[in-house]
Amino acid sequence: MNSEFTKTKEVSIRSLIDENQRGNSLRRKTERLIPIGLMLLASLSILTTLGIIWTLLSETVEFFKRVPFLDFFTGTILKPLSQNPEFGVLPLLMGTVTSSLIAMVVAAPIGLMAAIYLSEYASLKVRKVVKPLLELLAGVPTIVYGFFAFTFVTPILRELIPSLQATNILSPGIVMGVMIIPMIASLSEDAMSSVPNAMREGAYGLGSTKLEVTRRVVIPAALSGIISSFVLGISRAIGETMIVTIASGSTKNFTFDITQSMQTMTAYIVEVTGGDAATGSTVYYSLYAVAMTLFVFTLIMNLLARSVSKKFREEY
Amino acid sequence: MHMQTEQIRLRHMKTRLLLNQISKFIFMLSAFFGLFFLAVLLVRVVTEGIGSINFGFLTGKLSTQPERAGIMGAILGTFWLMLVVAPVTMFVGVGTAIYLEMYAKKGKLVSFIQTNISNLAGVPSIVYGILGLTVFVRTLNLGNIVLAGGLTMSLLILPIVIVASQEAIRAIPFHLSEASYGVGATKWQTIQRIILPAALPGILTGAILSLSRAIGETAPLVVIGIPALLIPFPGSIMDRFTVLPMQIYYWTLDASLVSEYANLAAATIIVLLVTLFILNATAIIVRNKFQRVF
Repeated sequence: MNSEFTKTKEVSIRSLIDENQRGNSLRRKTERLIPIGLMLLASLSILTTLGIIWTLLSETVEFFKRVPFLDFFTGTILKPLSQNPEFGVLPLLMGTVTSSLIAMVVAAPIGLMAAIYLSEYASLKVRKVVKPLLELLAGVPTIVYGFFAFTFVTPILRELIPSLQATNILSPGIVMGVMIIPMIASLSEDAMSSVPNAMREGAYGLGSTKLEVTRRVVIPAALSGIISSFVLGISRAIGETMIVTIASGSTKNFTFDITQSMQTMTAYIVEVTGGDAATGSTVYYSLYAVAMTLFVFTLIMNLLARSVSKKFREEY
Repeated sequence: MHMQTEQIRLRHMKTRLLLNQISKFIFMLSAFFGLFFLAVLLVRVVTEGIGSINFGFLTGKLSTQPERAGIMGAILGTFWLMLVVAPVTMFVGVGTAIYLEMYAKKGKLVSFIQTNISNLAGVPSIVYGILGLTVFVRTLNLGNIVLAGGLTMSLLILPIVIVASQEAIRAIPFHLSEASYGVGATKWQTIQRIILPAALPGILTGAILSLSRAIGETAPLVVIGIPALLIPFPGSIMDRFTVLPMQIYYWTLDASLVSEYANLAAATIIVLLVTLFILNATAIIVRNKFQRVF
């Protein structure tokens, strides 16, 4: 009885070991193959970047074979579909810069002040309710903002400013600003919250009011984060598409008049792809030149934001 | 003399305190301005659109007659689009996150990939649209079908999914995997049976939130070329399609011609926002219910 038991046990252990070794060779293979597979997945993100750059660059080069580089960047007239087409990008740049500036005029002060309130004045309870609600604002799809700008904000603004066109750059600029508020508020609040309390206490000890502490201590200490949130906000405004497409129309105006319709770079891309620009036509290639300009603009902004928050960060 | 400076200081103190109070009020107004705007937007959309929402609208086909138009095609299109986006982004996103967190040696390559991912997150969505148009629609000759739109959207939200998954994996404490290695588990076994199950709630939360971003995104699909005309309901990922945001876009553009289109756009916005709300609520529930704090 006893010997039999040992025997069976011996056999089972041996078979276990055998099985284990057989399994091991398979397992070893998987262990070696899986990192390689995962690395291929990870390299997909690099491939995406290369894809974007390659796509934009190859067609942009083709565009500049037809339209001189200088004409594109100094031309104030954009008439892609006329008999004698002209491809000056300045009207689009004007539209993009103007709408982004209007957005920042709204978003920068309100976003920053909201951040100050949340970080310095609000109680923990208020902050816990208001912050997620503000993030809801950031989660609203831009097409909804576009609808709102076009059907609600513009008519109201036209009551106030009679000369305002039905499609204009002012209304989408303002709405875009509201869209960016949560982003600036949240990033600036993070920067201000990470200013150590000891610095505030020091200023309070000298008899400062809360406002003075905020102005003279917290904001200077959090400045890198605040500025980088502004730059990211601008970058977001430059790349925003649907709001300006819907509410600012497609007039390629080179003007400073914000009551007029102006087309942004993004809205131009929508217009050209929405129409039937034949592949190989100059209009078709202009799409890529404009997209390239847009890409470079936002890339510079994003890199700038990162270097600002890195370079001027005060370490405590 | 002494009394005088004391008085001046007192008066000065009063202005300082007053200034503090005033600015506190202004700061508070700014914080609530966004919420006020959101409230006005919602009220406006609901009052404009709620009247158009009925069974026929939700289940009907598109139509040139506003009173007969329905958005079933757009709902199905959104559904099919997500059927492409969700698996693709989960597979690639989680895979990338595992590689970066668990396998890659911290060094130049990893920081290069990491910088690259955060740069991709900042690329405007319309640029992804151009990438999708050039690569999927034209070069691979897929045409403007669900698959092409889905892959484009996947590329757009991948950076968000990757970063969220990385954070979820990073939050798993070291001693869990150490214990797993200690009982003889291999690296992949540890990842499969310890890390991923523990990180799943965080990963899912991030994935659901980025899906809701993809559902509301319009610009890349406009560029790819979603037709405004009547197309049959999509039945597979190889069919042409439209989605809710595209429908809102076309109806808003036509709202200045036919005012009923504004109501249809608002009604579609309600459907879209309700969908997003359900998704976000799911994400919050997943996070609160299943996320363990180690």
